[in-house]
Amino acid sequence: MNQLRGKAWKFGDDIDTDAIIPARYLNTSDPRELAAHCMEDADPSFAGRVQPGDIIVAGKNFGCGSSREHAPIAIKAAGVSCVIAASFARIFYRNAFNIGLPIFESPEAAAKIQEGDEVAVDVESGTITNLTRNEQYRATPVPPFMQEIIAAGGLINYVARRLNG
Amino acid sequence: MPMTITEKILAAHAGLDRVEPGQLINVRVDLVLGNDITAPVAIKEFRRIGVEKVFDRERVVLVPDHFVPNKDIKSAEQAKILRDFARQQQLTHYFEVGRMGIEHCLLPEQGLVGPGDVVIGADSHTCTYGALGAFATGVGSTDLAAAMALGEIWLKVPESIKFVYYGELQPWVGGKDLILYTIGQIGVDGALYQAMEFTGPAIETLSMDGRLTMANMAVEAGAKNGIVPPDEITLDYVKGRARRPYRVYQSDPDARYARVYEFDVSKLEPQVAFPHLPSNVRPVSQAGHVEIQQVVIGSCTNGRLEDLRLAARVLQGKKVHPDVRLIVIPGTQEVYRTALKEGLIEIFIDAGAAVSTPTCGPCLGGHMGILAAGERCLATTNRNFVGRMGHPESEVYLSNPAVAAASAILGRIAAPQEVL
Repeated sequence: MNQLRGKAWKFGDDIDTDAIIPARYLNTSDPRELAAHCMEDADPSFAGRVQPGDIIVAGKNFGCGSSREHAPIAIKAAGVSCVIAASFARIFYRNAFNIGLPIFESPEAAAKIQEGDEVAVDVESGTITNLTRNEQYRATPVPPFMQEIIAAGGLINYVARRLNG
Repeated sequence: MPMTITEKILAAHAGLDRVEPGQLINVRVDLVLGNDITAPVAIKEFRRIGVEKVFDRERVVLVPDHFVPNKDIKSAEQAKILRDFARQQQLTHYFEVGRMGIEHCLLPEQGLVGPGDVVIGADSHTCTYGALGAFATGVGSTDLAAAMALGEIWLKVPESIKFVYYGELQPWVGGKDLILYTIGQIGVDGALYQAMEFTGPAIETLSMDGRLTMANMAVEAGAKNGIVPPDEITLDYVKGRARRPYRVYQSDPDARYARVYEFDVSKLEPQVAFPHLPSNVRPVSQAGHVEIQQVVIGSCTNGRLEDLRLAARVLQGKKVHPDVRLIVIPGTQEVYRTALKEGLIEIFIDAGAAVSTPTCGPCLGGHMGILAAGERCLATTNRNFVGRMGHPESEVYLSNPAVAAASAILGRIAAPQEVL
């Protein structure tokens, strides 16, 4: 699936991992339980209303704070197809790639996309299309090495292939 | 080709003569770390790789510290996954309740990290060990799983930012105030993807506990790692403690930095971070009248012996305000024992505080000090995000242990001088 498409949910700058999945729910790592509380402290209605394919659009430094992989796991398990942000915190950035949650860095898209806009993303080219406003934005290209990890189906498959030939 | 200390450590562990910022490299790790939140996910992913054993049973460290002593059945199940894995893999460094500590207080204290090491941990505050002149950074569970299998990890070499601190620190001002002030100056993404190198005369006289506090919060500025060049204080600390050989690296005088900040900290006051970001910092004299219901002294930021000594100096012979709950949590069993011997624990209890076995509990809103709606807490912890310590409508303020102790006595945010 090279094309992701969904309705945009808009968030601000510095959305931290506690807002994405509060630590009070981290006594489990079951993706479904985590998804039920996704974005709870930023928007308590999110988990109940998010639709499969929907896209999170946020400002700078998305995913700052904790190393908890539960944050991208919760977003992915909630059905969100990808996250677009002006910038990402570095541990969240790695974690998202490692678990196969597509993320795109684009300050322009983050600024111009509004809540509820219909957005399509071409994963390979990094082209973001705002279908509601008829605009296109470019995402920062992903380093080739990270593309290899994605192509392998995530870090674990990449490592398994390396170790087991 | 001149290099920074961070670049030199990474080059050495990648088997390269030199590295440059932005370069993607494979790095041998000296130690990998997981806790009771992150390791269960890592262990599941490790099993998917299809290898039997971890790369080195002496270099994989598991510390259940977030929800322990277990607060409910679910957290007990998570901790049991660690325990079972540690036994099955015969890990040398698994730390059970009663013999443990908050991971980032415990590992340096136990001599598991030394200068020049590369340490990765599935906990964002793994950057703490930069205080010892090591490269240490936080990763997620899948990265931990891969590192447990391979003994290496891919990393992007970060650009370095140099921070130079001049001047003699005022009484009651320490590492926590330096780092809060710094984050206040550069913002919570002010060092995104970069290395923060802490230098200058004020750092050269700072204790190891103060340095650990500073490096601990590098991640709150978005940094990949924080690092303090090793000196006599570092070597005194690791002497008789380090369990492995270590190597001291220093930045070349003409090493390249993305930016250099110079701060005169001779007039710096104790700092307080207001809700809801660690960058929302004010000097304590400008805090205004902020009533608080809870104070927490502890965590991987300020749960070390020096922190408890500071708090005890302020609390000795005083009482906690009737409307305040003061919770004191020694960072490790060793800190607890020494605090007991020195009479610090008695001072806390006489003042009306609750003293707990080591746990990360309250810092992340896990257990042992959860806030109700509308409540305010002053904590020596590292984060004050929305809902960090409990209800999304509660508030967390951050400070050093002396300010926290004074505030516990007066029931509002206060400077130590106000009670002494």
